[in-house]
Amino acid sequence: MKNVKENQSRRKFIRNAGMTLGTLLVTSAIPSFNAVLFAANKPKGKGVWYGIAIDIEKCIGCGNCAKSCKIENDVPQEPFFFRNWVEQYTIKHDGSIVVESPNGGIDGFTQSVPDAEIEKSFFVPKMCNHCAKSPCVQVCPVGATFETPDGVVLVDEKYCIGCRYCVQACPYGCRYIHPTKNVVDKCTLCYHRLKKGLMPACMQNCPTQARISGDLNDPESEVSKFVKTKNVYVLKPHLNTGSKLYYNALNQEVR
Amino acid sequence: MNPQFEHLYEALSKVDGYIYPNEIELSWSILIVLYPFITGLVAGAFILASLERVFNVKALRPTYVIALLTAFAFMLVATMPLIFHLGQPLRAWEIMITPHLTSAMAIFGFVYLWYLMVVLLLEIWFDYRADMVVWSKDAKGLKKWLYKAFSLGINDASPESRKWDDKLGYIVTVIGIPSAFLLHGYVGFIFGSIKANPWWSTVMMPVIFLFSAMVSGIALVMLVFMVLNYVRRQKIDMLCLDTIAKYLFYIIIIDFTLESLDQIHRFYEAEESFEIISLLMSGKLFVTLLIFQILLGMIIPLITLGTLQFFKPKEKIRQAIYFVTGLLVLFGIFFMRWNVVIGGQLFSKSFYGFTSFKLSLIGPEGFLMASIWLVIPFLILAFLLWLFPPWKKTQHEHLPAE
Ligand code: SF4
Ligand code: SF4
Repeated sequence: MKNVKENQSRRKFIRNAGMTLGTLLVTSAIPSFNAVLFAANKPKGKGVWYGIAIDIEKCIGCGNCAKSCKIENDVPQEPFFFRNWVEQYTIKHDGSIVVESPNGGIDGFTQSVPDAEIEKSFFVPKMCNHCAKSPCVQVCPVGATFETPDGVVLVDEKYCIGCRYCVQACPYGCRYIHPTKNVVDKCTLCYHRLKKGLMPACMQNCPTQARISGDLNDPESEVSKFVKTKNVYVLKPHLNTGSKLYYNALNQEVR
Repeated sequence: MNPQFEHLYEALSKVDGYIYPNEIELSWSILIVLYPFITGLVAGAFILASLERVFNVKALRPTYVIALLTAFAFMLVATMPLIFHLGQPLRAWEIMITPHLTSAMAIFGFVYLWYLMVVLLLEIWFDYRADMVVWSKDAKGLKKWLYKAFSLGINDASPESRKWDDKLGYIVTVIGIPSAFLLHGYVGFIFGSIKANPWWSTVMMPVIFLFSAMVSGIALVMLVFMVLNYVRRQKIDMLCLDTIAKYLFYIIIIDFTLESLDQIHRFYEAEESFEIISLLMSGKLFVTLLIFQILLGMIIPLITLGTLQFFKPKEKIRQAIYFVTGLLVLFGIFFMRWNVVIGGQLFSKSFYGFTSFKLSLIGPEGFLMASIWLVIPFLILAFLLWLFPPWKKTQHEHLPAE
């Protein structure tokens, strides 16, 4: 009796193992299967791998970052096109939340909520998160949006067909259609400056050094230390975008 | 002020709550509403044709060819709104030659071509080949040449060759059904796979798209069938009409169930996005969703078609009811697409506010242009009916499914 049972379970085991092995073989033989596993892939950076850190406690809402970005990167001045912007969050005593970003914060802020009602108020600078598993890269039908080996998400404007699928796919609202180029545009982390050893324009012009960027793979870089020593958090972590923009002291109200 | 941005300043003044600054303009407008609407009509019409062929629903025989030609006419136009909404229409072909495999949209060209070339064209061709051979003998001028060209030099019209046409056509239909499912399920996936957007991101999306496609396609063929009979002053085959309406009724029930399930699920789980979505449904989408899509497009057709399953008033009255119901259904499905595409962009991904949308009258994304894209398929259909009149075909039964 016992023998029969053992035999059966052994057979079962062999069959299951065979099936697992078979599945593994078949799936690994089809590299295009990766297409389905996009967001489940591990981050791949080995060399320099750029990440960003923003310290909300340091941001004074001056809007210099947003202003300098528009100048540096030829972003249209109208208040509908932003590669980065600043939001002002105000949480009232009654728990309600007011979020504002007039002209992306470029002209600075005024507080619309009377002082007596304010529980707390803070600024949140926003920009492309240069996600490691970015939905925008995933959905671009022609591969015009891509990730550089050093972890920066860029758009090839000679190649983009302007379908706007990536605009829909970015959960953070970081993309817009350039009104004269008719292709999508977004933050490049000032790649042209990075390659010359310069800081991105927004970081260069931040008077309080609230925003920094650097190599996440180098444990001695400022960004790595920031991520390790502070209570950092990324936006919308449940969407598993692999965001590489780390905020210190981020409130849960921020979306 | 630069007039190019006037509408954006207007939209800016109407923002309700907080939205990300790049979200003021809707990325996808009326042309992208048309895209799922038109492909849905194609898939639905084709599936109705397959009912007759593969499932051997004899009563639907008179609609078989009409359904195929309708599907074909709309299929020819299906890509146009897509291409015209691109920022760089001249680069559209990049999707075909350098597709990016992780993108749902990249596969569109292939799905489309497969369906158009392999399924629709072939099936119509097999059905008409022998007729074209016969017609080319009597026809004159342009028609003669077109028949000659389209029959591709295979001039055998013997019963034996017709049998082969039938057999091959049958095989194409069998391949065609999963292809039609693929075509429209896939369109649903384009929206359903966007995790950034809670209004779109549901596994139900492809299934809902598929069944709503069947609903709209069947309603359209029903209308075309009726109009064609009126125009030709023929008595309508009531058995056929009642049967179409019966199927329409069944499929609306399934569609309604699926869509309700999706909404109930959304409400019961009440995730992070729940609040903004319920505000969306009771506010900005109140008219287009609750009144147009659900009440006019679903509940009323369900009531009228359901009643007609039990009571059979006089033919004329039934016809009138079917006609109005068909129009209501198409209207409702159009707004279903509208509510998905436009509705999904009205709320901010910050979940803190809404932007607004105003359909302009002129311009490439305006009302007039959109109407043109909806009229052209009917012109093509009229041309196809002139060239390939179903009523002049030699009558022969399709081979029963083996
Ligand atoms: S933040 Fe948006 S645009 Fe930037 S990488 Fe992520 S998904 Fe793409
Ligand atoms: S708009 Fe351009 S970058 Fe974005 S998905 Fe379309 S082709 Fe790719």
